[in-house]
Amino acid sequence: MDIFFYIAAAIAIISTIMAISGRNAIHSLLFLILSLLSISVIFYLLNAPFIAALEVIIYAGAIMVLFIFVTMMLNIGLERKQESRWLTPQMWIIPSIFAAILFVDLILALKNMPTAVAGTEVILPKQVGISLFTTYLPAVEIAAILLMAGVIGAYHLGSQKKKVLHRFLVKK
Amino acid sequence: MLSVPIETQILFAGILFFLGLIGLLVRRNLVFMLMSIEIMFNSAGLVFIIAARHWNQPDGQVMFIFILAVTAVEVAIGLALILQVYHHFKTLDVDAINKLKDVD
Repeated sequence: MDIFFYIAAAIAIISTIMAISGRNAIHSLLFLILSLLSISVIFYLLNAPFIAALEVIIYAGAIMVLFIFVTMMLNIGLERKQESRWLTPQMWIIPSIFAAILFVDLILALKNMPTAVAGTEVILPKQVGISLFTTYLPAVEIAAILLMAGVIGAYHLGSQKKKVLHRFLVKK
Repeated sequence: MLSVPIETQILFAGILFFLGLIGLLVRRNLVFMLMSIEIMFNSAGLVFIIAARHWNQPDGQVMFIFILAVTAVEVAIGLALILQVYHHFKTLDVDAINKLKDVD
């Protein structure tokens, strides 16, 4: 069983590196989908089959399709000049060093964590649903309000408005 | 049964989070920055799932569902904003969006 975890983790890390360092947006998105699918395998190994299915359906399905549609609408296959200038080593080395320092900090924090025996039971969707709609019912309603606001906001932001200039500004 | 120690699992989630952080700090293309934020959200959800397995409780999975809802809203709004930015500036470079800066 362990070997599956390590294989999926290696694929996830490598494909994420390819995704954030790619030059072509569509190729990066495809690598990101691969990364999400391997994380879904890890969810399955972590006794969460329901979440693994949700990850594939919502993340790799819905959200990535949105990304790909927008990328194709904007026709941004190739990278801009500005960004290739930004990707020179002296530009990315400092943020990477700071992120690496934070990462070492996390490793040191994990070293001092007390260990305990991990759970072995598979958590079924029934338990998740019961917990979701009893203990966390107010949070579900707040999430519903958030989704409603998101729909209205996306509609408002996405609509193309005709540019109307003030009459004194038209002459310019 | 999976017997990978929990430290290794959280280490994996941490690697993913910092890859997303590096991507967010380094890339200047708005689509890539939003993708990096997605990676970070996803690794945070992974920590919730690891904790849910560790304690044998469904609460972590419930939290992942909430993260999923928040992510969906964030992506929808973010992509709508990216479309507007592209229509106004004809580029996705974040450095081009500096109209609020004082003109000197």
